[in-house]
Amino acid sequence: MYGGGNTFEGIASDSLATEDPEKLAAFEARIARGEKIEPADWMPQLYRKQLIRMIEQHAHSEIIGALPEGTWITRAPGFKRKLALMAKVQDEVGHAQLLYSAAETLGKTREQMIQDLISGKSKYSNIFNYPAFTWADACFISWLVDAGAIVNQLANVKGSYGPYCRALDRICAEESFHLKYGHHCVIYLAAGTPKQREMFQEAINRWWAPMMHFFGPADKISAHTQVLMNWKVKMATNDDTRNQFLDMYVPKIWELGFTIPDPALRKNTETGRWEYTEPDWEEFKRVINGDGPCNKERLEVRRVAETRGRWVREALRSATMKYVEPLV
Amino acid sequence: MNTPALTELLFKMADDQLILGHRNSEWTGFGPLLEEDIAFSSMAQDKVGHSQALYELLHSLGQPAPDEVAFLRPAGQFHNCIFVELPNGEYDFSLIRHFLYDTAESIRFELLRKSSFEPLAQLAHKIHGELRYHTLHANTWIKQLGTATEESISRLQHSLAFALPYALGIFERSPFEKELAADGIFEGEDVLQERWRAKVEEVISQTDLTLPAWNTIAPVLGGRQGKHSEHLTPLLDEMGEVFRIDPTASW
Repeated sequence: MYGGGNTFEGIASDSLATEDPEKLAAFEARIARGEKIEPADWMPQLYRKQLIRMIEQHAHSEIIGALPEGTWITRAPGFKRKLALMAKVQDEVGHAQLLYSAAETLGKTREQMIQDLISGKSKYSNIFNYPAFTWADACFISWLVDAGAIVNQLANVKGSYGPYCRALDRICAEESFHLKYGHHCVIYLAAGTPKQREMFQEAINRWWAPMMHFFGPADKISAHTQVLMNWKVKMATNDDTRNQFLDMYVPKIWELGFTIPDPALRKNTETGRWEYTEPDWEEFKRVINGDGPCNKERLEVRRVAETRGRWVREALRSATMKYVEPLV
Repeated sequence: MNTPALTELLFKMADDQLILGHRNSEWTGFGPLLEEDIAFSSMAQDKVGHSQALYELLHSLGQPAPDEVAFLRPAGQFHNCIFVELPNGEYDFSLIRHFLYDTAESIRFELLRKSSFEPLAQLAHKIHGELRYHTLHANTWIKQLGTATEESISRLQHSLAFALPYALGIFERSPFEKELAADGIFEGEDVLQERWRAKVEEVISQTDLTLPAWNTIAPVLGGRQGKHSEHLTPLLDEMGEVFRIDPTASW
């Protein structure tokens, strides 16, 4: 998981006015040639700022995303699922670690990023502000939310910032196992008892709207981000990734005999694009700005974990600490 | 082979691993730093995996399948020590428990490598290899936090005092100690405890923490006989919540 639906602010037209035009031209030429930008290379302030914002949102989404699924580790039915779900959620926390490190190369510390998450200044993927009521909800997340994240991340792997792309390479490799795990869980529910099928159908009904929101607002109402596309910070439009997801996964959901709660959902064979009822973008805005079913709970958990663990981190910084040689 | 003695031994070990693995997994998303979140999750996976392997051995001795024994038994039929079922508390307690318990387990599986029950000896080889990383992790953190700040030292000291009576419950004697030793299955809880004390003393002596005299600590017993604290039933209810919706279903 869990990156997706990054939110970008509109960019002021004079935001590049203070940059050296020659350096800027050389920078853009490098990106156009497909070169990767590395931490010590020159880059416009706007590029640095937007990348920090994006990678940080992605990292936060990984640790916050571990919460709704994490609650199901202790309830997973049977050894096979328990072991696999523990490993999966652990991967997600590991992804946060990788991503915070990638963002740190741009000059913002992990501590500052986590502080901004807790204070509500930084965002994370909106979908994790919804509750996972049943085991089937956890299965929906593992299969379809991860699938959506993979669509986004595979696009971003081709981006321009070296450390982020390398982190994403590793993350995508692990995500492909998550997708298999999630799909396996769902197949067992689909092929199971009437109760199991009902559980998953209800999960789809609950999660479809947040899933459509996952890819971010419709292009026609999104902030203008052409410069970020040129710089290969943002690699695909929200509508394009949403369409790609629908193309890959709606047939699979239908194939398992489940329904999707949108009567307008269909593929237009002439345009090759999916048509659907326009998601409620007012709800999206409301939730991302803090007023969703679980926003307060998610941030409170993170805040409590940070507060309870502070003495450990302080002890690690202590000057009296002796270096403990590993492997002895 | 003395099957009742062996069964008793395997159940208590498997139950310990399952319950502590479950507790370790509760740290997911809550660790004091990401690296510890990940470490406790790794240990949780190892422990739950160890319990599954031990339940498989029991299954080969005629007990029900692992999922059934793990997800359907009531608390009174669990033989884990009370120590592992206690809630995680703060990180200092979880760390102290991890140190005291895994030091014992590492020695237990080292002894079991010589077990006359060959499938157990083989499994012990594998588990002992993995536990090396658990004790390495515990010792590293105990030495770091046990010598760092006033707060970290005092927290660890407090948790150590709280944990030791429960830790001694790990070594509650089995009704089959003589048979297990005579058949060469396992040398016994007393041998294990003696070696454990020496190892605990060795690590604690490298910190600013102190150990009370062993003879002043009253062990908390009962877990091995199915007498548990109030914490086990809620844990098992949570663990079985989905599985028990329909135990005949495939999940």
